Amino acid sequence: MKFGVIRFPGSCDEVDALLACERFGDAELLWHGDRELKGADVVVVPGGFSYGDYLRAGAIARFSPVMEAVSEFAAGGGLVFGICNGFQVLCEAGLLPGALLPNEELRFICRQMDVVVENADTPFTRTCARGERLSIPMKHMSGRYYAPGEQLDAMEANGQVVLRYAPGGPHNGSARDIAGVTNEAGNVMGLMPHPEHAVDPLTGSTDGGKLFESLAREAAAVAA
Amino acid sequence: MGSQVGGEALVRARVLIRPKEGILDPQGQAVERALPALGFQGVSHVHVGRMVELDVEDASQLDQMCEQLLSNPLIEDYEIVESA
Repeated sequence: MKFGVIRFPGSCDEVDALLACERFGDAELLWHGDRELKGADVVVVPGGFSYGDYLRAGAIARFSPVMEAVSEFAAGGGLVFGICNGFQVLCEAGLLPGALLPNEELRFICRQMDVVVENADTPFTRTCARGERLSIPMKHMSGRYYAPGEQLDAMEANGQVVLRYAPGGPHNGSARDIAGVTNEAGNVMGLMPHPEHAVDPLTGSTDGGKLFESLAREAAAVAA
Repeated sequence: MGSQVGGEALVRARVLIRPKEGILDPQGQAVERALPALGFQGVSHVHVGRMVELDVEDASQLDQMCEQLLSNPLIEDYEIVESA
């Protein structure tokens, strides 16, 4: 199977994402001007500051040519995984519900913390157990997840809240401590923490690899 | 309203974008706390947004521009102020 990792002007985590993907499958970078996805089975929208975060984080990136291809891919059931700025881009593109606002404390939060797997029955989390805690770094300025209350209720009922921040960590003000969500169909996910920075024992945790491994297995199963 | 050849009929517009009512605005709160510290009393309901200034040939498109790019309607309200 093959991962495609998008590089926008201003991306900064695409190389780590690429290296994380390569542990579990083939991986190739996609340029923001590309109009096709080079045969990728899974598209990763990485972290960083695409287009300088001008206007709002993710607001400009959603209009790039590659995002048109990603929207079509997602509409056809393709697996799309947005990390941090990638999560913001997918929300702005309407591929995920909600929006990400500046952190409640107006501080850039950068530290290792735990997230709890709320739904292990998704293509992104099948190698995890429900209730499992994953130690993954987070580093962001605008990670306060927001969606209207009734929409959050519907998302919770539909199993779309996949990851929540474990109690006791630094708080970015996210509604219901949400760290990661999927779309209604369950084939597009976004999360604020950075699993691509938690794949090597050298950096203290390999928990993030579970998400990439889940995706690789899912894509391989679909292809078989 | 309509555009004219030569760009003579440009409309100067200002789009004011602010956080939607009911959504936490920590920037506004920080400013609201800072003002009394400087001796300014009686200030409330401070909100910090942004302003986009633009010349447009067809002002009837401004709403669409706001809906699709300039604001995120889920979290922000916008107001269009036109001048000649």
